[in-house]
This record gives sequence, structure tokens and C-alpha cells, in this order.
Amino acid sequence: MTIHVDVVSAEALLYSGTAEFVIVPGESGELGVYPRHAPLVTRLKPGSVRVKVPDQVEEELIYVNGGLVEIQPDVVTILSDTGIRGKDLDEAKALEAKRQAEEAMKNQTGAMEIAQAQIELAQAVAQLAAIHKLRKIK
Amino acid sequence: MASSREIRVKINSVKNTKKITKAMEMVAASKMRKAQERMRAARPYGAKIRAVMRRMSHAKTEYHHPLLQQREQVKNVGLIVVTSDKGLCGGLNTNVLRLALNKYKEWDQAGKKVQVCAIGGKGFGFMQRMNANIASYLTHMGDTPHMEKLLPPVTVMLENFLKGEIDELHLVSTVFVNTMKQEPVVLQLAPIVDRPDAMSKTETDEKLGIWEHHWDYIYEPDAKEILDTLLRRYVEYTVYQAVAEHMASEQSARMVAMKAASDNAGTLIDELTLVYNKTRQAAITKELSEIVGGAAAV
Repeated sequence: MTIHVDVVSAEALLYSGTAEFVIVPGESGELGVYPRHAPLVTRLKPGSVRVKVPDQVEEELIYVNGGLVEIQPDVVTILSDTGIRGKDLDEAKALEAKRQAEEAMKNQTGAMEIAQAQIELAQAVAQLAAIHKLRKIK
Repeated sequence: MASSREIRVKINSVKNTKKITKAMEMVAASKMRKAQERMRAARPYGAKIRAVMRRMSHAKTEYHHPLLQQREQVKNVGLIVVTSDKGLCGGLNTNVLRLALNKYKEWDQAGKKVQVCAIGGKGFGFMQRMNANIASYLTHMGDTPHMEKLLPPVTVMLENFLKGEIDELHLVSTVFVNTMKQEPVVLQLAPIVDRPDAMSKTETDEKLGIWEHHWDYIYEPDAKEILDTLLRRYVEYTVYQAVAEHMASEQSARMVAMKAASDNAGTLIDELTLVYNKTRQAAITKELSEIVGGAAAV
């Protein structure tokens, strides 16, 4: 008896195939899943998913950064996160993004204006250098 | 008529431009393949997360999440605009921004306040010039979409929605139809409109026979938290997919635009060469007739 396993992240399909036995790093401890498991959903913590493939001695190892797992009697779906996630971490990063946006709103001197100012500065410097040279010749 | 020297200089300058556009076309062509692969690689996640959402909504119908509920009064709207950092890709960004501007005006006239999240340098610059209220932004993305970079600006909008600062969240981006065709679209992100229960059944669902009898999941830690995580991931994924799709579109559009530019440069060179040869010949003819005239006078 086998169970179908899909491990996906937003960036790629990480694993898809059949298995005799799957171990997933659940939030409240490791979960071993045999075929005909009761329906279950839980969050995952970062760790490795181990898949026992039929007729293969070595287990398949897939690293996941946390996420969600949905277990159905003959399908296991693992929705892996990309990168380490955490509520606090996400919030802190969002706050930082917000602050940046506010700053950008405040001083509307965008990249364009900065680039323009840099060109003007370079021109002024070149002019000064030219004047110095002319004076020396005189 | 311009002197032959002037025409020669002009021909050389067009030749140089053609070299550049040709190089850009080839670079875009090779990047396009990778970008399309990336876009396709993101699809299985979408299919799976939709399937899980559908099965969960079937198993548990009584729990209502704010991300699934339509608000009675829509006063504030959030808008995520996906553009690219670089130009020279035909009308791609212009089309997206025109659509965004139309939506913006529509809401503005209806008296709704708009908050913008600009993803991509072009959109950010445009929104800044428009004096829009930019809640968050992301520029300098490079050639690969990274979830980690995308998350903070998107989380800002999601949090604003959950806090009630905005009542609807929309996404304007490009749909990749094929290499020649990319279309700008508006999509409602929150509240989620493609209701999970309305999504079509998959083969797996049929096999599981989950529609025939009543059942429920074992939730760990609890249904509310799981649903919250799931729906957030879904919104984040939708934005990620949009960015991946926009990047594939960008490379295709650039390739097509640069191919047109190279072709135009080619015709221009041909025309100029013709003019150049004509003036050269005219000069020779003139010289010859002068010599003949001079000989006749003697």
C-alpha cells in the first residue's frame, strides 16, 4: 500500500511521487504518516521531510522551511514556505517596509532627481577643473 | 542633398545602435526561457493550495475568515501594481500603468481613498510622480522573483486589510499569454473572490470521494490558525505568481521590441546606403561631365 506525496513551494515543485511512509516535521512534533491516515492539517516547522520510497533502501530527504501539511487517506500535500517565516519576523519586516515607503513619500527626491543632481555635480567639478587649468596656463 | 561624409557617419551610428539592440534581443531571448520556466515552476503550488482550500472549505463551512468576507462599505482600496525595474520592453509597463491609472481614477471619482503598493521601479516612479499614497514598495528585484523580498511590502497591504484600513485589495499586473502577447489585468486579492467552494474538483478529490460523506480534519493547533495561514499564503502566492509572470512577459516583450528595433535599423541602413550610393554616383557623374566639358572646350 502506498501514499502519494507532493512537496511544493511557491518557487518550485520539490517532490512528487509515491511512498510507503512519510515523516513530516509538524509544529507540535514529528508526524509519521502511513497510508490510510485520518484527514489532518497542521503547520510545519523548518526541518526535513523524509519519504520512504517503495523498492528503495535510502529515504528521500526534502528540506522544508515550515509551511502547511494536508493529509488525506492516500494523499499528503506539503505546502512549503520559502525562507524562514515567523509572525514576529514577518511583522518586523513589514514595519521596516512601511517605514521605507513613508520615507520615500516624505522626500520625493526620487532616484531620478538624485541621478540628475549627480550629473550636475560632475559637470560643475569638470568646469572647476577646466578653470584651474586655464588659470595655470595664464 | 547631404554630403556623402555626413551620410556615412549616420550609417555608422545606426549600425552601432543595431549592434546594441541585437545584443539586447539575444540576452532577452535567453533570459526569457529561464523566466518562463520559473513562471511554470510556480504553478504546482497554486494548484495544490487551491485544492487544499477547497477541501477545507468543504469540511468546515461554519468558520468565516475576514479574508473571505465581502465588506458592506468599501471606503478605502488597496492597489498592488506589478511593473518591471527596467524599460525598453515595448508597451508592457505603460499598459499596466494605464490600467492602474484608470482604476485609480474610477475609485477616486467614487470617493474612495487609494493606497498603493508599487512593485518594480517603473510603477514606483510613476506613483511617486502621481503623488499617490504609497504604503509600501519594492524595487531592484533582479531577474528572479524572490518570495523573501516580496513578502514585506505585501504583508503591509495584507495587515492593512486585516486591520480594516483598506476594505478591498486589488492587483494590477500582466498575464503572459504567449511570447507575442501579454495582457494587463486587474485581479481582486482580498476579499478572496474565487471562493474555494466554487473551484472545480480535481481527480484526487474524485478518488478520495470526499463529497459523498461528512468528515472533518484533525486540526493542529486549531482550525482558525490553520485557515489564517492558508489564506495568507494564498494571497502571497498570487502576488508571487503575478511577479513571475510579469518577469517572463518583460523578457518576451523586450525580445520582441528589440527585434523590431533591429529590423528597423536594418531598413534604415539599407535606405541610407541607397542614398549614399546615389550621392556618390551623382558626384562621379558630375566630375566626369566636367572633365568631358573641359576637354571639349580645349
